[in-house]
Amino acid sequence: MAKEQDFPVIFELSQEGRKGYHLPELDVDDINLDDEFSNEYIRQENPDLPEVSELQIMRHYTALSTRNHGVDSGFYPLGSCTMKYNPKINEDITRIPGFSMIHPYQEESSVQGALALMYDLQESLSEITGMHSVTLQSAAGAQGEWTGLMMIGAFHEANGDHHRTKVIVPDSAHGTNPASATVAGFEAVTVKSNDQGLVDLEDLKRVVDENTAALMLTNPNTLGLFEEHILEMAEIVHEAGGRLYYDGANLNAIMGYTRPGDMGFDVVHLNLHKTFTGPHGGGGPGSGPVGVTEELAPYLPKPLISKRDSEEYFFDYDRPKSIGRIKPYYGNFGINVRAYTYIRSMGPDGLKQVSENAVLNANYMMRRLETEFELPFSQHCKHEFVLSGKNQKKMGVRTLDMAKRLLDFGYHPPTIYFPLNVEEALMVEPTETEAKETLDEFIDAMIQISNEAKEDPEKVQEAPHTTVVDRMDETTAARKPVLRYYRED
Amino acid sequence: MQHRYIPMTDQDRKDMLETIGVNSTEELFNDIPQKVRFDGELNIKPAKSEYELTKELTQLAEQNSHTKSHTSFLGAGVYQHYIPSIVDHVISRSEFYTAYTPYQPEISQGELQAIFEFQTMVCEMTGMEVANSSMYDGGTALAEAVNLSAGQTKKKKVLVSKAIHPESMEVIYTYAKGFNLEIVEIDYQNGLTDLEQLKSELDEDTASVVIQYPNFFGQVEPLKEVETMLEDQKKTMMIVSSNPLALGYLTPPGEFGADIVVGDTQVFGIPAQFGGPHCGYFATTKKLMRKVPGRLVGQTVDEEGRRGFVLTLQAREQHIRRDKATSNICSNQALNALASSVAMTALGKQGVREMAELNMKKARYAKKAFEAAGFETLHEGPFFNEFIVKLNKPVSEVNEQLLQKGYIGGYDLGRTSDGYDQHMLVAVTEVRSKEEIDQFVKEVGEANG
Repeated sequence: MAKEQDFPVIFELSQEGRKGYHLPELDVDDINLDDEFSNEYIRQENPDLPEVSELQIMRHYTALSTRNHGVDSGFYPLGSCTMKYNPKINEDITRIPGFSMIHPYQEESSVQGALALMYDLQESLSEITGMHSVTLQSAAGAQGEWTGLMMIGAFHEANGDHHRTKVIVPDSAHGTNPASATVAGFEAVTVKSNDQGLVDLEDLKRVVDENTAALMLTNPNTLGLFEEHILEMAEIVHEAGGRLYYDGANLNAIMGYTRPGDMGFDVVHLNLHKTFTGPHGGGGPGSGPVGVTEELAPYLPKPLISKRDSEEYFFDYDRPKSIGRIKPYYGNFGINVRAYTYIRSMGPDGLKQVSENAVLNANYMMRRLETEFELPFSQHCKHEFVLSGKNQKKMGVRTLDMAKRLLDFGYHPPTIYFPLNVEEALMVEPTETEAKETLDEFIDAMIQISNEAKEDPEKVQEAPHTTVVDRMDETTAARKPVLRYYRED
Repeated sequence: MQHRYIPMTDQDRKDMLETIGVNSTEELFNDIPQKVRFDGELNIKPAKSEYELTKELTQLAEQNSHTKSHTSFLGAGVYQHYIPSIVDHVISRSEFYTAYTPYQPEISQGELQAIFEFQTMVCEMTGMEVANSSMYDGGTALAEAVNLSAGQTKKKKVLVSKAIHPESMEVIYTYAKGFNLEIVEIDYQNGLTDLEQLKSELDEDTASVVIQYPNFFGQVEPLKEVETMLEDQKKTMMIVSSNPLALGYLTPPGEFGADIVVGDTQVFGIPAQFGGPHCGYFATTKKLMRKVPGRLVGQTVDEEGRRGFVLTLQAREQHIRRDKATSNICSNQALNALASSVAMTALGKQGVREMAELNMKKARYAKKAFEAAGFETLHEGPFFNEFIVKLNKPVSEVNEQLLQKGYIGGYDLGRTSDGYDQHMLVAVTEVRSKEEIDQFVKEVGEANG
């Protein structure tokens, strides 16, 4: 039941008879539709949607937006998510009617501009990753992972290697990696990290065998560290007949410095909503293109965008070895337009500067914060780093508490409790779009919170103090789920 | 060159490198072995200024025919509808579009509540008890539903009507591969799923039956009969894919005992944008609540007893279950779900029915107009806003001519559906006027010869 202090849900503003729409007039014969249908197919009660005026809708959603923190609201150093600035020109370009108001089934002759953009994006991403060809069809990183693994599976199958059922995943990997392996029909096998936070080569040799389908890796890895022995790893896996999968979650660290293709990877997925500024949208839509070597190119989902000698672009469906279609139509075109706009705004030099400054920012923060927080791996990091809240935990302040306290300073906290192999982990990714002043202010806040942990732990334990709601009762939410609104009557 | 998205000045860099204790940023990359270093410049186009790039890409966009330059009768799963102006104003609030998944509920109440409201609206539209925060699109939502049914029933055989969207069928095959499912396609007769064949294939090994309502040809499938058929196979799940706008008029699948209802909310506030991003929805029963893929938002209270919202039942999800997960989906289509929520809110309880009926009345007018002009149309049964017109020549030939006249013609059914060569699937929504319809019929007649 709603209390006075509760922020209303839209249904609570509803009054019978109020309207927020004006539909086109009925300018054809008004017929009785009900004559055509037997009664049981005619909806008896309208769906109980809100009845509100246009201003009420605007006020409601504007108020909701003020109860939300985005990159434009303030610093958002959420590790592994690359919460960088989302350029406004991207939003404008994607809304041009020639991009936003085209239908996927129009004749190819009437969408040559869109196909040209997609083709050039495929080519640009191939170049940036050092791969042979790229599909734009995948809707998100997770779908990209699954697509890549399905292709590796199809490749092994075509070679008669039906026994290759295992996908190796580092213990520090994001949970999506093993989940993708499972839904693609593989068994996930874990390889350990060593005390430098890198894949343990000896353990890799132990787990790789004739049943290995692939090794999935992010590089830099989830600790923000570059896997220096990548070539040895590639050799171990390739020798055994497996293929190397690159999770592009962390590409922001290496553009123009190295390319997955040059490191020996066979399949790459990218998160255009991370490195290439498609906005995160509150959780989506994203876009997760997949690039492959020449050997694996025949297995790409169909259609691809190709070009005839006459400079005419077309959908290439003639791909007999393709794993098939992974999504209706051609991918999240609207996000791909944004990513393309970004790449064209940056150019080759700009993309390299992106990685240079992302790495500079991360290392600067890491060195300033290691005086106050435990740093489990002390080598230079790439675009992000992981701290441990171990010291503060001894004073009864957990990483969760510090994260909540950061909210009072107007920050979105870092990723917490991930990766799993660091106790009380805090994973910080500043990105290249943040100014030094912003980094300094955040560092000061972190140091202040660490001091509070020593001097006034309750202040941290009871945080946040300034947000529109306090900490939520998540246990009850899960035990007695209320997943929709019910009217009180 | 100092780029406008990168704030570090030379002085900043100098100070920061000093703090780090290195002489150059290059040193920070020393851990990348020389052998894998990329030397030289990426072979992509050079950077363009904001003005020049806007000009270039605007010109590129103008090479495309679109629904502002042309009058469209193309649907087949993606539709041109009335989008209230407020939709884009709301989703352009950067607090929404520059945020990520609401992991920190204290500063994400806006997004969480918006999703909670979306879940409620999807339940209302479909007549189901539970809906998730959204999926990539209707096609992948359907494929996930199929996989869920196999996991839940521990059966491998799935009966799929061939009258579903042909691209959804393709996606089902790709998704099913990892689980080794047996997909049995059920043919259609006169634009409707062949219920006799469905009945003969249905047995105790059947995990689920998949039907689209209204189907790909626009026809309204008799769900009541499917429900009756499934009474003998209680474990077999009924999966229905529905255009949610049609449910403004049609009895929702939930009332026919559907176990999972999926579809795409593109019809509510989301532009076609060449097929994506759109927004899948996934609705089901309380019984299957803990098996749903993707994010769920639940209501709870904070320490002060104030109502608030959180991501919940996360034990289902990939980041917790890792290799035990039944789906690997992480994201949802939050921003597009928001667009659909705003559009559904604007329409409200009355508008959603009014809009559905407008579509149906205009489509019926168009169908009669084609018949009056001497065309053969298909089929006979009740339909929503799409019907089939038989032509004398390939649909693409007619469509090329229509483009010259300012029209985007209907879908070439022969591309994907057996027995429909030279048949055009025509979609008529509420945005088409009588005059546009009359003129279109005339132009199709001329192009058809």
